[in-house]
Amino acid sequence: MSETWIILGASSSMARALGRQLAERGAGLILAGRDTDDLARDAADARVRGAAFAEAMRFDARDGASFEPLLERAAACEGLVSAAIFVGSMPPQTEIDADPALIADVALDNFAGPARFLQQLAPLIEAQGGGTVVGVGSVAGDRGRIGNYVYGAAKAGFATYLSGLRNRLTRAGGHVLTVKPGFTDTAMTWGVEGMFLVASPERVASDILKAVEKKRNVIYTPFFWLGIMAIIRAIPEPIFKKLSI
Amino acid sequence: MQWKSAEYAGWGRAITARGRLARPERVGALVSALAAGGPAIGNRRSYGDGPLNDGGTAIEMTRLDRLLAFDAGTGLVEVEAGATIAELLRVFAPRGWMPAVMPGTGFATVGGCIANDVHGKNHHVAGSFGQHVVSVTLMTPRGPREVTPEGAPGLFRATMGGQGQTGAILAAKLRLMPIPGQRMKVVETQIATFDAFLAALDGSEAQFTVGWIDATATRKRLGRGLLEEGTLVDGPRPGPVRRTMRVPFDAPGFLLSGPVVRSFNRLYRARVPDTGRKRTRPLDEFFFPLDAVQDWNRLYGKRGFHQFQCVVPLDGAAALKDILTTIARAGIASPLAVLKRLGPGRAGHLSFPMEGYTLAVDFPARKKLPAIHARLERQVLEAGGRLYLAKDGLAHADSIAAMYPELDAWRAKVARADPEGRLVTDLVRRLNLRGTA
Repeated sequence: MSETWIILGASSSMARALGRQLAERGAGLILAGRDTDDLARDAADARVRGAAFAEAMRFDARDGASFEPLLERAAACEGLVSAAIFVGSMPPQTEIDADPALIADVALDNFAGPARFLQQLAPLIEAQGGGTVVGVGSVAGDRGRIGNYVYGAAKAGFATYLSGLRNRLTRAGGHVLTVKPGFTDTAMTWGVEGMFLVASPERVASDILKAVEKKRNVIYTPFFWLGIMAIIRAIPEPIFKKLSI
Repeated sequence: MQWKSAEYAGWGRAITARGRLARPERVGALVSALAAGGPAIGNRRSYGDGPLNDGGTAIEMTRLDRLLAFDAGTGLVEVEAGATIAELLRVFAPRGWMPAVMPGTGFATVGGCIANDVHGKNHHVAGSFGQHVVSVTLMTPRGPREVTPEGAPGLFRATMGGQGQTGAILAAKLRLMPIPGQRMKVVETQIATFDAFLAALDGSEAQFTVGWIDATATRKRLGRGLLEEGTLVDGPRPGPVRRTMRVPFDAPGFLLSGPVVRSFNRLYRARVPDTGRKRTRPLDEFFFPLDAVQDWNRLYGKRGFHQFQCVVPLDGAAALKDILTTIARAGIASPLAVLKRLGPGRAGHLSFPMEGYTLAVDFPARKKLPAIHARLERQVLEAGGRLYLAKDGLAHADSIAAMYPELDAWRAKVARADPEGRLVTDLVRRLNLRGTA
């Protein structure tokens, strides 16, 4: 059966790498994000690489009105519709400290916007009796840290939402994969101090597709972040609160 | 973040720069990065200071690498400048097309191939990279501009091999070359002497040729090596996609000591029996043999290395022999040396190729190298030849000016395209290419 993927936040390098791998196996692609001019170039790239079709559409996590045309387009697709959510933003914690109003945007970009979209998409997945939702969170969501806790909190909220959505869609035959990438070499981390064990977006995309095939529920990518985060989660709070990691 | 402070280098790692780097992933991000000025750079596979801007900014184009259009009937492809040659080969070879000109590494970007007007193992029949460029899209202060050889011949020529000085290259349309399959039939022959090598290159009728020579051999063994001749043949890719290795750290200096390099060269040559051998190889392994070892430049250690590549006209064979003698006697170990015959094809004012013989030798960066290089530079100039800017980190402005007779025409075009000098690189400054001093 033909497959169509809606990719939200499709300009991100992880999303682009995933889109390319899907295109090369002949999937149809709806690439959604704010910069539709640039996404048109990604859509062209997907077509050259072998996508059944590829279109650029507008999606803005902060603008619920942008969801409707996408949901209508999804409903009109033949074959199985899946979605991968790469939407997010990570302003430096210092900027948030200076202007706490930014928290609302961080929550919208990383949690409320994508969750609202998925909530509207869920009936379609249920009606299909299949299809996959890939939600990209972050290892930052596993524990609140001094350098990044607002972003982490929003990602934690999204992870919990995905867990609930998995609970719901599984009974209808759908599948939800939660992806927690470690440090990845993207525009978001370019020039950020203190990065280590940085993975390429291509590596992350390959890991995601493998996990989709195997119907995994939650993955860390690259895999060793599972171990790193297990240690970080295991640190007792009385000690953790004094650390700066 | 938009900018990252970094120390960075070309492939040779002997010359480094400090500065701020941007790596836009969208055209909009490129436009805002360009507002700060600075040249566009690719995967930094040029050896010297061509992709550097010490103390300033530079814009890495590697993430703007989308394939924008492809016509399976004509082989015309439009790609963004950051797309690599290896990626084009990977995507299009199964469909019967490949880049008409491919340099020795697949990590080179299309933008880099244009800015250096690179050549490949088929230069004698196919010409240079720029001769297969149908149009190039430059970012100008007024937005993207598509430049064609018909519409703006002067600007087009100044852009091919133009070290990125006419504007950041956003995209290009290329004419790919049809291929019968994904295999290369390779014939390897042992060659005993320098004169025999040139004769073999002159006599070869193969579409792809490259000679590897032992640049440490002296006297009657001078110029001995292996000639590789390739012919495209029908059939699917032989064998699975190769696994690559990575060099995890800078190698210690003794690895490049004379005895080690001489042994390496002996063994490398001994792989091929005296009677020669024939093999069928996948295209990527034939075109990009060294890409199997990622970061192989680290084998030259922390100090890095330089590559010397010159071309001399056909009548300069004797001079080339003298140049090789200078190299062999200098005793600076150099495991990788390449000898090839070039055709006349060139697309730009500053293109390297001329009909003749080209020699490329790696030198570990050592104290005595600049003096040896200066002598080689003089020998090349006297032979009527020239040095390759893509490889250079040691040449001098006056000899480069003498080697490139179209430099003034290039300067005039570049002065109009970038009057404020926002795109100047360390190489352009060192060689006073733009003539502003």
